[in-house]
Amino acid sequence: MEAASLPAALELAASGGAGLSPEKRGALGASLPLLQRDYRFERVWFWGCIQGVRGAYYITEGLGPDRAAPRSRLYSLNCVEWSLLPPVTEKMVAQAEQLKGRFEGDPSFEYAYPEINAQDAEREFEGGKEHVIKEEARLVATIEQIDRAVGIIPRGAFVKTPLGSVQENRNFEGLSLTEAKKLTSYFHFTEPVNLKNKTLLEKADLDPSTDFLDSLEHDIPQGSWAVQLEKGGTVVVLRSLLWLGLTFYHVPMTKQYGYIYFGTGEKNLDLPFML
Amino acid sequence: RGHGPYQPHEPGYGLYQPGYSPYDDQIPDPKSRTLAIQNAKAYLLKSSTTSGLNLYDHLANMLTKILDEQPKNAVDIIENISKDVKWAHFQKKMDTLRDEHENLTTFEAAEKRKALFLKANGDGDEELEEGTGETRLPNVMETAFYFEQAGIGLSKDESYHIFLALKKLVSVQGIQTCRFWGKILGLEMNYIIAEVQHHEEEVEEEAEEEEVVEEGGKGMGEVEDEDEEKEKEDEPPKSTYKPPPVIPKEENGTGANKYVYFVCNEPGKPWVKLPPVTPAQIVCARKIKKFFTGRLDAPVVSFPPFPGNEANYLRAQIARISAGTQISPIGFYQFAEEEDEEEDSGGGRDTYEENPDFLPLSVAEMVDSLSTWVHHGKSILKQGRCVWFNPFQKSEEEGEEEENEEEEKEEPDEPQQEIGPPLLTPLSEDEGIQNIPAWTAQPSTNLIPQYAVAILQSNRWPGAYAFASGKKFDNIYFGWGHKYSPENHTPALPPPVQAEYPSGPEITETRDPTVEEELAFKAAKEEASAAAEEEKEEEEEEEEEEVEDNEEEED
Repeated sequence: MEAASLPAALELAASGGAGLSPEKRGALGASLPLLQRDYRFERVWFWGCIQGVRGAYYITEGLGPDRAAPRSRLYSLNCVEWSLLPPVTEKMVAQAEQLKGRFEGDPSFEYAYPEINAQDAEREFEGGKEHVIKEEARLVATIEQIDRAVGIIPRGAFVKTPLGSVQENRNFEGLSLTEAKKLTSYFHFTEPVNLKNKTLLEKADLDPSTDFLDSLEHDIPQGSWAVQLEKGGTVVVLRSLLWLGLTFYHVPMTKQYGYIYFGTGEKNLDLPFML
Repeated sequence: RGHGPYQPHEPGYGLYQPGYSPYDDQIPDPKSRTLAIQNAKAYLLKSSTTSGLNLYDHLANMLTKILDEQPKNAVDIIENISKDVKWAHFQKKMDTLRDEHENLTTFEAAEKRKALFLKANGDGDEELEEGTGETRLPNVMETAFYFEQAGIGLSKDESYHIFLALKKLVSVQGIQTCRFWGKILGLEMNYIIAEVQHHEEEVEEEAEEEEVVEEGGKGMGEVEDEDEEKEKEDEPPKSTYKPPPVIPKEENGTGANKYVYFVCNEPGKPWVKLPPVTPAQIVCARKIKKFFTGRLDAPVVSFPPFPGNEANYLRAQIARISAGTQISPIGFYQFAEEEDEEEDSGGGRDTYEENPDFLPLSVAEMVDSLSTWVHHGKSILKQGRCVWFNPFQKSEEEGEEEENEEEEKEEPDEPQQEIGPPLLTPLSEDEGIQNIPAWTAQPSTNLIPQYAVAILQSNRWPGAYAFASGKKFDNIYFGWGHKYSPENHTPALPPPVQAEYPSGPEITETRDPTVEEELAFKAAKEEASAAAEEEKEEEEEEEEEEVEDNEEEED
């Protein structure tokens, strides 16, 4: 969520029971603008908090002029001092998917990493190296996975300019209440996968400036989003069931929206059994 | 005159201006210019065939809007402004209709929440004033404040609404103690849960109601038995399957049913009482993992089949969470001093009371070691109850009626009595999961230690929190209602197929004998009969002669 609107946004997203203490809120209000100044970000989004066993990580993302470009991610243990995380590679994501269990809470902790298959084991045997993955790498890989899988925005909030870069849509006034209840009005804010597979008929209805992303309609498994109207319909809250702890809120007919993650950073692989 | 009109591919295109061309010697005719202007305007006023708009009006509206609003960098967003103007053209007509239709639910919900804020008139106020000395209503806002120091809790609005809803609950039902237990999230709606302890008189009334219901059920059973006896002749063989004995649920007010729980979907909606939990439900709830939908009457489709609907599943999960995560600082509760301490062999001490001499420990001590906290929720045994129940004691009494004494002796040995950890055990005895401790303790702030609050988070039941600060403490739960397991959930396998019939020598198939075995058997038989034949040879010869004679005569 936008760092500027953090206090109001936290109130709206707090129906899951997770939030920030006044101390952290104050610290964020002071340190996030400084982050923006130091790293020359155009936008600073407070991404959320991953609970480790011994401590918690507070994550922020910084965006540049193209909002769809890879983002810089920073973490902090106390919301005051921030450290930049290394950029994500596919290898990191693949390795992190192997790990199970909670985060430790110590950024320099190293996980003993099990081999994938016999080929890798042979290679490592020859090299004589042990597979370890640091908690920082696991952290950034998890954040990337969560953003890719369940980072969502309302339809029309971002537009693609003819040059290809993605900007915020200044004319976005919010979804209407009926639109806000439908899953088709929300997009994954990541590289689209299903867009090319749509039939020509469907493509004809799309507006290339606003409909350049995948909508939530075809998420597998179906029903992995819980859509609720809180406070009698004044706030629409979407909760992901795949990554428990991700909450997206939107106040219909206003420009307020955002998502935040408060959780343990583990994928809910039991989802098909639980629905 | 001149070389025009130039086509787009010719170099002169775009440069031709009437009156300024190098090839134009004459002053252009003013009339032709006004005519050109009129032509242009007429062209702009032409209505579109598809939408009925015309460009002239559209451009005028757009420019009006731009001059009114004066947006920054208008040239960059001109296309969007144009689209907006067109959108607004259609919006206006349907404005009134849409507004009324859409916000119906919003207004209804607002009405309900407003009702919370109205004071109840009449006798309700007087009773509350007398009972304020006992403070039945918990101070939800105070608890919310302490939890907020750790970043846990709902928004202030919602907390206050819950406060008022609890007040309504207390005034409606006669309640001894009440506590905000927490919130469980669901797919369509969420649950707000209040933990309540009734007066003793009301507990007896409810028990009577339940007994009446059960007796009615038994009466039906007797009628069915009579019908069956008439048809005994044609019945297929009865199965020898004896279901495991049903373990009765605990009495209201004890064990897993110590507290009664009320739920509602949103503050303002009526509170619904959850039924008491049975051991079978707890045992089944341990094996399944399902999301709550938010409707209490929704069926729970799972394997093993859950005996009940969502209300029962919710109650079972609440019982498990309470048993596992209700904690208090050591010394706050103490055992009541009774003479008969060891009545039941495995019962242990059931009741506890507040310790008037409680001396709170400092926050640093509460956070450092887990032995400063104790469980005051009784843990649930594997059987599904808090107090062990031996199902075979009672079955002996019933056996005389059913004449099944023989079968009882064949049953396996009585299961061993299960003993759980006694009440008020410290948290340091809690098992961790793999290498994660069962609880994570933190102070709420490191910057101002003198006013910090000790916060505990459960790792076994993610979402269960407890705080302690001086003499105040509380537990709360915010979450989806499931236990944490690092391994994936594996559903229970179906039980092995039962044997259809008891296997015995008559029914079991034996191997057919091979040819050699048959020949050997035949040879052995012939040897045995050869001896007998010698004795009978003379008799047979005589019979043969008689037979031959008879045959010759017939022929």
